[in-house]
Amino acid sequence: MLDQIFSVVFLTGFLAATLRMATPILITALGEMIAERSGILNLGIEGIMVLGAFVGFWVSYQSGDLWQGFLWGGLAGGIIGALMGIVSVRFHANQIVTGLGIWILCQGLSSFLNRRIFGISSVRPQLPTLPAIPIPGLSKIPILGETLFNQNIIVYGTLLLIPLFIYFLRQTSWGLHLSAVGENPRAADAAGLRVEWIRFLATTFGGMMAGWGGAYLPIAFYGLYTDDLAVGRGWMAIAVVAFGRWSPLGMLAGALIFGASSALQYRLQAMNFPLPYQFLLMLPFLITLIFVVLFVRGGGGPAALAKPYIRTQSE
Amino acid sequence: MLQKIVLWTHKRTSNWQQMPDWLSSLLVILLAFLIGALFIIAIGASPLAAYGALLRAAFGSVNGFAETMIKACPLLLAGLGISLAYRAQFWNIGAEGQIYAGGVCAAIVGLYLHGLPTFAHITLTLLAGMIGGALLGFFPALFKVRLGVNEMITTLMLNYVVIQVVAYLLHGPLRDQASGITISPQLLKSAWLPIVVERTRFHLGVLLAVGLALLIHWFIYRTVLGYQIRASGENRRAARVGGIRVNWVIIWTVLLSSALAGLAGAVEVSGVQHRLVEDFSPGYGYLAIAVALLGNLEPVRVIFSSILFAALLNGADAMQRAAAVPVPVIYVIEGVVIVLVAVSIFRRKGSL
Repeated sequence: MLDQIFSVVFLTGFLAATLRMATPILITALGEMIAERSGILNLGIEGIMVLGAFVGFWVSYQSGDLWQGFLWGGLAGGIIGALMGIVSVRFHANQIVTGLGIWILCQGLSSFLNRRIFGISSVRPQLPTLPAIPIPGLSKIPILGETLFNQNIIVYGTLLLIPLFIYFLRQTSWGLHLSAVGENPRAADAAGLRVEWIRFLATTFGGMMAGWGGAYLPIAFYGLYTDDLAVGRGWMAIAVVAFGRWSPLGMLAGALIFGASSALQYRLQAMNFPLPYQFLLMLPFLITLIFVVLFVRGGGGPAALAKPYIRTQSE
Repeated sequence: MLQKIVLWTHKRTSNWQQMPDWLSSLLVILLAFLIGALFIIAIGASPLAAYGALLRAAFGSVNGFAETMIKACPLLLAGLGISLAYRAQFWNIGAEGQIYAGGVCAAIVGLYLHGLPTFAHITLTLLAGMIGGALLGFFPALFKVRLGVNEMITTLMLNYVVIQVVAYLLHGPLRDQASGITISPQLLKSAWLPIVVERTRFHLGVLLAVGLALLIHWFIYRTVLGYQIRASGENRRAARVGGIRVNWVIIWTVLLSSALAGLAGAVEVSGVQHRLVEDFSPGYGYLAIAVALLGNLEPVRVIFSSILFAALLNGADAMQRAAAVPVPVIYVIEGVVIVLVAVSIFRRKGSL
């Protein structure tokens, strides 16, 4: 058993699966980070992922085009993100409560549409998933090649997003405005920034990314949709943002750890590891729990996170 | 549309603060059902037929009403627990897991403690459920207070862990070998909550839950700890300066909160199922969030909101049969209720 775990084949498959499973969490976490930097804590991204997964699957299935599905999954997420933005920015609602509502609303909506459109038969329609595109030459490197250079195109795209996000946050005026609004909205307002508008856009963008993170699951990984497809991944993304201290590179590390916990579950299941399978199923959640307790503690983050900004009142 | 209605109420009441709580709660319910109706129309069904079937099933007969009340019972208990925790600004979303933990502990006591008189056995069964729930709530509270770990993530992750533990127990040690499906044997008769209304499943737990709601109302407004819970929630720093040991208060609040959720699980096992069943909670722990929020975290009002959501839960199947509206529409309504509560009621409370 142990020599099986430490074999090259196992390691290669495990690392490749880790990156594949980290990708949806990373996409979602990157979007959530943008929203949080503007001062809006969107706890509904778990639900938005579920909705993105459903819409992505549905449109792909109807149109036969995976890219159309992926696009619409993100758009659906964007609509919900905009709703979160309106409620928390325009109406100054409590963001924790709103986020919980969005989470439950989106889960209910996806399951409602799924029942209506695909019924409750046990035979589920399947999609072909996005193919892996090996990069010539590089993919032949042992272990590393299979992990980094033989993935589907969304994985490559997400990895390329990281330097892009770093550049955006540090080098562009938009990135600086975003942080200003999240750190001190009053000062930002006084300096002429449109606080409400920036927060709204950031939250909409965060919702869109969560929709894409969800749409990734049926389109690039499972090839089917069930109501519990995304389960827990949105909350993992929220944990990843705090673990990464709101910086893209740190979040990559966090997403890889959660990706690894899912990959480990699948690998152990596939090799008939002698543990009741319920314990394998709970493994990602248990690892998340332990990880959060050990490494994700309070403090840090944008100073105005989750605080409504009311222009007319003084603090 | 939402904005128009909000503006309209704004004009009518001239000032948000002047609109009484109960009126805004009623508005929230009305709006949520209207939005639910839009979804029903969107799939080509009739909202009147659907809601009519729902109401008839939930309240149209003695048996229907009894079924609504036995579903309201766990919702009320868990909703009371959530109200306490949210008042202290501890965002417990782990009631579902706490319900399962309570159910398991109650089932074990109900199955294996032989030779006790009925009263003692029931009491011990329910107590075991409370301890099971409280144990599950204790660690997130400790991590929150000691290490500053986000309680939402820890309580939610524990839900998934506990549900798998229950599945494992029902596939292994607790499984009824005589049965073809994964359920435990029946609890000993002495651990069953007595039936109150003949020929229905209306059990004593319902009355117990309503009594507890009144007790908790008294607890929140008339005892020292209740005052400290409210103070810690309103303003942590002020409470600390005022000499309240906020960390202790939070731990006690969460213990109470999760014990109530555990009791909800115990009541479901000992009053309704009479055995441990996989998936014995149809999301009570999540529905209870909406129950507590719609009740404005006020114990007495939570009684009414728990009956509302129980009616939804109970009537959903009838609605599906009569108007072909898929059951999950009730979770859509639930989500809309929470969002609307966030907009309306919590607005006036400033920080909360």
